[in-house]
Amino acid sequence: MSAESTVELRSAASPPTAPSPAERRSAEEIGRTPAGPRELPPLRPQPQVPAPEETDTVLTTGLRVIAVHRPGVPMVEVRLRIPFSGEDAARPMHAAIAEVLASTVLSGTTRRTRVSLDDDLAGVGGEIGFSVDPERLAAAGHALADGLPTLLDVIADVLTGATYPDEEVARERERLAERIQVASAQPSVIARRALQRHRYGDHPVTREMPEVADVAAVTQDDLLAMHRRQVVPRGSVLVLVGDLDPTTAVAAVEASLAGWDTPGEAGLLPPLPELHGSELLLVDRPGAVQSQLRLSAAAVPRTDPRYPALQLANLAFGGYFSSRLVENLREDKGYTYHASSSLEFDPYGAALLVETDCASEVTAPALLEMRYELGRVAVVPPSAAELESARRYAIGSLLISMNTQAGLASTLAGLAGVGLDPAWVREHPQRLEAVTLEQVHAAAAEFLAPARFTGVVVADAATSAESLRALGGIRVP
Amino acid sequence: MSTAPTSAPPEQRQRLTLDNGLRVLLAPDRTNPVVGVAVHVDVGFRSEPQGRTGFAHLFEHLMFQGSESLEKLAHFRHVQGSGGVFNGSTHQDYTDYFEILPAGALERGLFLEADRLRAPKLTEENLHNQIDVVKEEIRLNVLNRPYGGFPWILLPPVLYSTFANAHNGYGDFTDLETSTLDDAAAFFDAYYAPGNAVLTVVGDFDPDDAGELVTRHFGDIPARPVPARPSFGEPAPDGERLESVVDAHAPLPALAMGYRLPDPGTDLAGYLAHAVLGSLLTDGEAARLTQRLVYGDGLVTDVSASAGLMGAPLDARDPDTFTITAVHPDTVDPRQVVDAVDAELLVLGERGPDAEELRRVTARWAGALHREQDRLMNRMLALGSAELLHGRAELSDELPGAIAAVTPEAVAAAANALRPDARALLVLTPGASA
Repeated sequence: MSAESTVELRSAASPPTAPSPAERRSAEEIGRTPAGPRELPPLRPQPQVPAPEETDTVLTTGLRVIAVHRPGVPMVEVRLRIPFSGEDAARPMHAAIAEVLASTVLSGTTRRTRVSLDDDLAGVGGEIGFSVDPERLAAAGHALADGLPTLLDVIADVLTGATYPDEEVARERERLAERIQVASAQPSVIARRALQRHRYGDHPVTREMPEVADVAAVTQDDLLAMHRRQVVPRGSVLVLVGDLDPTTAVAAVEASLAGWDTPGEAGLLPPLPELHGSELLLVDRPGAVQSQLRLSAAAVPRTDPRYPALQLANLAFGGYFSSRLVENLREDKGYTYHASSSLEFDPYGAALLVETDCASEVTAPALLEMRYELGRVAVVPPSAAELESARRYAIGSLLISMNTQAGLASTLAGLAGVGLDPAWVREHPQRLEAVTLEQVHAAAAEFLAPARFTGVVVADAATSAESLRALGGIRVP
Repeated sequence: MSTAPTSAPPEQRQRLTLDNGLRVLLAPDRTNPVVGVAVHVDVGFRSEPQGRTGFAHLFEHLMFQGSESLEKLAHFRHVQGSGGVFNGSTHQDYTDYFEILPAGALERGLFLEADRLRAPKLTEENLHNQIDVVKEEIRLNVLNRPYGGFPWILLPPVLYSTFANAHNGYGDFTDLETSTLDDAAAFFDAYYAPGNAVLTVVGDFDPDDAGELVTRHFGDIPARPVPARPSFGEPAPDGERLESVVDAHAPLPALAMGYRLPDPGTDLAGYLAHAVLGSLLTDGEAARLTQRLVYGDGLVTDVSASAGLMGAPLDARDPDTFTITAVHPDTVDPRQVVDAVDAELLVLGERGPDAEELRRVTARWAGALHREQDRLMNRMLALGSAELLHGRAELSDELPGAIAAVTPEAVAAAANALRPDARALLVLTPGASA
């Protein structure tokens, strides 16, 4: 072994020679050594993470501001989250107007054109993007740390002075219509739409992507009116994470956003219909070479005392690679490239979502195995080893996901959206450490039982309908 | 610009070379209790033999299927059961394997990587299972979705003539299905010698301790001959090569333009000028092609330009590809898009970008590179691939400075180098939707 200084180039490798066929080993020879198998080294004690400097405050305008000092790289990450549903969501054009609003809010203000907005951000190494879903309007942005004043000035300008110029709106409507067309052809999008309708009927939460015809009808007046009514500070949250001083950053936000004082309260999503187990629905996609299986059931939110046990039970079932579902569907059967079970949160509760994509000819077998694993986890619950693995993964992956400015900012904004503060994340590892095997068994039996699930299968009916019908529990058109 | 230090000062890095030839890069960063371990092997899909398209990627899957000390599935379980995440990926010229773990699991991460680099368990059963998994991956990412493999699989056969550069790195199903265990054994022995790999360790550790652990776990892997690395060089196209494909799932037509990039090994400045040119063309609202094609004459829905076939610069040795892709309405003739691109390149080639325009683009690059560096996984993979491909991990540190140093003249020269008589055009038309 030789140590080199770090600045030198490594010297060129000596002239290599490939092994001749005679020297080649068989697969079996490659897989063993004279010393034989070795012991897995133990884990060492894990250093603790110190709490970062942070501020969590509500401005007089009603905007909640969370600022966290996290140096590392000279950048600042910003997340803005405005609940964007409420009574407005009942209007038939809501989803279309909201979508056009999110794609044209950066098209110009009383002070800046579309291009000068972007130029000013680029000048400080920054970017910002807006997106909307049935629950919230969100902005995600970043800039070099010393460009924070410019970034905040651009955000303030957009929030208080977006003008939605006619020409820009017209062009963006066309692009959006084309993009919706492109997205609508994606199997994952087809499956998502079908699932939302099947489990939530016509609740606003199902309108994740507007209809092309509705988008075409959106006017500048619609956008200005929605902006006035719904882009409001009260009930919204702004998160800043990065190479910043929290107190100074909050003062800078207060000064920059003082003019964003539109009255009213940001619109919360109406409560979702309760999920019950029911027949799956087969959605025909003629000629498809691959099928989408999406199963869903009611779950509990992070504030529920059963949540940590459910989180671990779900991980052991299908929430990570070393789970029963993935080991069965992918590693044992080879039916799929990916399979997963995850929790989706809304402001009131949560839902389990079990999904996989598989080759058309194994659609029914894959569904059978999904149901089998759900049934098995409910009645043959995770072992102590499965629990420990899930626990280490939950705690470790939380640590890793928050190890960047961007990851931490997004996590905090998401939690704030369901009423949780930064301390919740710091305390969560302790909650996970405290979960017992009995609690995991109870959670698996309560939440993962197959009878609690509903869902959809998107598949080529010509290939799959007969075997799915034989399996039962699915409505075949 | 801010003067705040980055979290991993390059001065603290150490290099080791084990007696078996394994190159080791230790990059400590004590700011968070997380570590990363990556092995970059000097073989990618350009090295796979004819009749074995997709084999480098299939083999990457096999490396997760167990080794002498680890049963099938044990690798995943030990990484995740230690609180970590893992992945692997196959590129033109290299294959990487890595995990990010809580700091207390460093030795475990090293053990896992060493065990499969020493003695992977290659079995018939795992081979057939992973052929099925890879076929599903290809169905998911290519066959069953609109614009699958566009342009990274579809453009190379138009721009390049040799098998190495032109073939589909995901593989044809027939090639995958006929792959044998002997192929896997030969591939491992030929390419996975310790002297053909770089081990990168990043994060919260003491370098002396980590160096000792590396030696303990990797040191007794026997040295094997390192394969001769062939040149993949071939002449640039001597005209405009045009091909068409039908995409059964695509709702709108699309177009890809491919050009050869300068060799980053001999003309790094020229290569980076192309990366900056890509940003000037399509990054941000003020970008040249965005302005002209999207907002100006409304010819396209989306347009994107970048240096590097897989979308990131410096991810391959020479030859590599500069691409411009556009999705457009079916009322627009692809030639209109091509002509508009050529007209804009002509303007940039004659006058170059103005200084302020260039400053904004490079500031944005700096911001983007800082954000990459902030993520331990990205920092580790950038260091490892730069060390393996270009012999210098420092390239990844120097990139912001090198990008900022690109001059208007260099960008103009890059625009002039994208010549209509030495490029590939791929026209994608929507077919009857399946």
